[in-house]
Amino acid sequence: MRHIVIGLGALVVAACGGPGGAGEGTTPAAAAPAAVTPAAAMPAAATFADYDAGAIAGGPGAGKRYGFGRQAAKADIAKWDTDVGPDGAELPSGKGSVAEGERLYMTHCMMCHNRKGEGLPPMYPALIGRDEKAEGFHFASDPKLVKTIGNYWPYATTVFDYVKRAMPLTAPGSLTDNQVYALTAYLLSANKVIAADAVLDADALRKVKMPYADKFVPDDRKGGPEVK
Amino acid sequence: MAKLNRARRAATSPNEGEQGATEGAALSRRDLLAGAAGAVGGALLTGIPGVAGSQGAPAAKARPVVPADPTKVQGAPTSAVGKRTPFFDPARNPTGEVTGNSLTPIEKLSGTITPSDLHFERHHAGIPSIDPERHTLMVHGLVDRPTILTMDDIKRFPQVTRIHFIECSGNGRNAFREPKPDMTPQKIAGMSCNTEWTGVPLAVVLREVGVKDDAKWFLAEGGDACKMTRSVPIAKAWDDAMLVWGQNGEPLRPEQGFPLRLLLPGWEGNINIKWLHRLEFGTRPWMTRWETSKYTDPLPDGTAREFSFEVDAKSIITSPAHPDVLKGKGWRPINGIAWSGRGRVTKVEVSTDGGTSWHEAELMNTPTSKAHVRFQYMWNWNGRESILLSRATDETGYVQPTRAKLVEVRGIGTDFHFNPIYGAKVQADGRVFFHGET
Repeated sequence: MRHIVIGLGALVVAACGGPGGAGEGTTPAAAAPAAVTPAAAMPAAATFADYDAGAIAGGPGAGKRYGFGRQAAKADIAKWDTDVGPDGAELPSGKGSVAEGERLYMTHCMMCHNRKGEGLPPMYPALIGRDEKAEGFHFASDPKLVKTIGNYWPYATTVFDYVKRAMPLTAPGSLTDNQVYALTAYLLSANKVIAADAVLDADALRKVKMPYADKFVPDDRKGGPEVK
Repeated sequence: MAKLNRARRAATSPNEGEQGATEGAALSRRDLLAGAAGAVGGALLTGIPGVAGSQGAPAAKARPVVPADPTKVQGAPTSAVGKRTPFFDPARNPTGEVTGNSLTPIEKLSGTITPSDLHFERHHAGIPSIDPERHTLMVHGLVDRPTILTMDDIKRFPQVTRIHFIECSGNGRNAFREPKPDMTPQKIAGMSCNTEWTGVPLAVVLREVGVKDDAKWFLAEGGDACKMTRSVPIAKAWDDAMLVWGQNGEPLRPEQGFPLRLLLPGWEGNINIKWLHRLEFGTRPWMTRWETSKYTDPLPDGTAREFSFEVDAKSIITSPAHPDVLKGKGWRPINGIAWSGRGRVTKVEVSTDGGTSWHEAELMNTPTSKAHVRFQYMWNWNGRESILLSRATDETGYVQPTRAKLVEVRGIGTDFHFNPIYGAKVQADGRVFFHGET
């Protein structure tokens, strides 16, 4: 096992005491064994996988912690953790209709994203559009095709997550959960993904399937001679 | 208002990181003024043109005045903070927008370390103003000990210093889609910069908080106005990921994420989350806007690649390049930079005949993993029109492809990761132009 740059004779691991009260840490990788090797003979580490407290000159020892920081309380986490993943597991309570969303769009969004969601590129991207030219996902052959929510975005939850965290531009993060549900509903409806009379809540949003979700594939580039 | 905005935007430089960006024909007055703010020597910009020929040609400035014989007068006294010579005034080319970018004038730089004040910028909600004493990093999710770390806490961990490049995955989109003779290296590839970063291995923090075995991904969130988020496979954390606060011997520049950023060596720029304030560990990616609607790569078979993290090998000749004019035939170095997100660059080859023959260039510094290397090839110009090209090979055996090959495998409309072989056409009259049709 390789170590990172370390001072001579500093790798006495097992006997080192940890910082008081820190306790034994969980170490996903195997703890580094004690080894005393001249620093000059050590190769530069390719990874940090074994870079734990036992591999540091003067550190507390393998598997031990430094004990820095304070515990994140539930309230601390709740304050920042607004993210919503593709399964919608984290979606909050609340709901909103397409009609409410359209009114909110005209108030908060239209000045940048334009009356019909066509945007003001390149600064303000298009949001709405299911025109025939862009159907079929031919983006690689035609750079002029515009990636709207309806013809590109693979997950409806992304709309909720992004609007809640980042919009509107002049007052980011100021919308209530009900307003975010309503705006999400309007944008999905205007993109012909859900009905014009739809109401979105957590359950309804989790069930929305985007038209081109199955077009996204893992990166298959791996280096080597083949150009992909 | 919409019409006004559109007209105004048409006059500014393109936003390389956004979809649908088109080539900006001119600099706005605001861009020129922004550039002038950083100029030294007190030279005034006069007669700002409505249309500038290229972003490398700001309005003419008065030449700095120096003594006729500097050995006959005492020089300037010492100073608290040094300045560049007034004879050298490199500048980025900001779009002036909060979601905009500004590109590094790579053709004006030497060696491999990018001066911190010239490192390219790409922001998604502007540059936040952050007090480092109030900034914290919260680490939570699938961990034994959800933890909040102050900057002081983070700096008490063992530190590492490493040199790595960061390249925006939109680097060179316009040169790929519509190569034009008057494009400079700044315009073609000015969003790849190389820096000595100091921070703590992310693996150290993972051990500290006790990441659980079922954690497969983590979400990194920035403290900017869009709380920019990207999902990262946990293997990268055990490999070479760092939490970084130092840039070339001083704290991060605000536009590079002060006081803390994520560094994922070799991976596309945007995932190196700046102003980092939260890491959440989970079982699956979050599918944020920046890994779905953006930073995915459409392919000719009607699919799109997601999580295309690694930067493939790439090189560019920075001298000679447009708008250079060679003052006669004879020997001169062909000089440039090369890098790979998959490891070390092992070879750079140069052609002076448009790719008919290739010659191995000298690597001017010892290549290290996921970092710029500078190359040179001494060339005896015979005074005839010549097409100069460079191509890099990395330790995986990957060879930088031609533009035609990239168009074949990715499509002209693909959105990110542009690494074609670039060229410079030297005309018989000595003028040099970008040659992008490789």
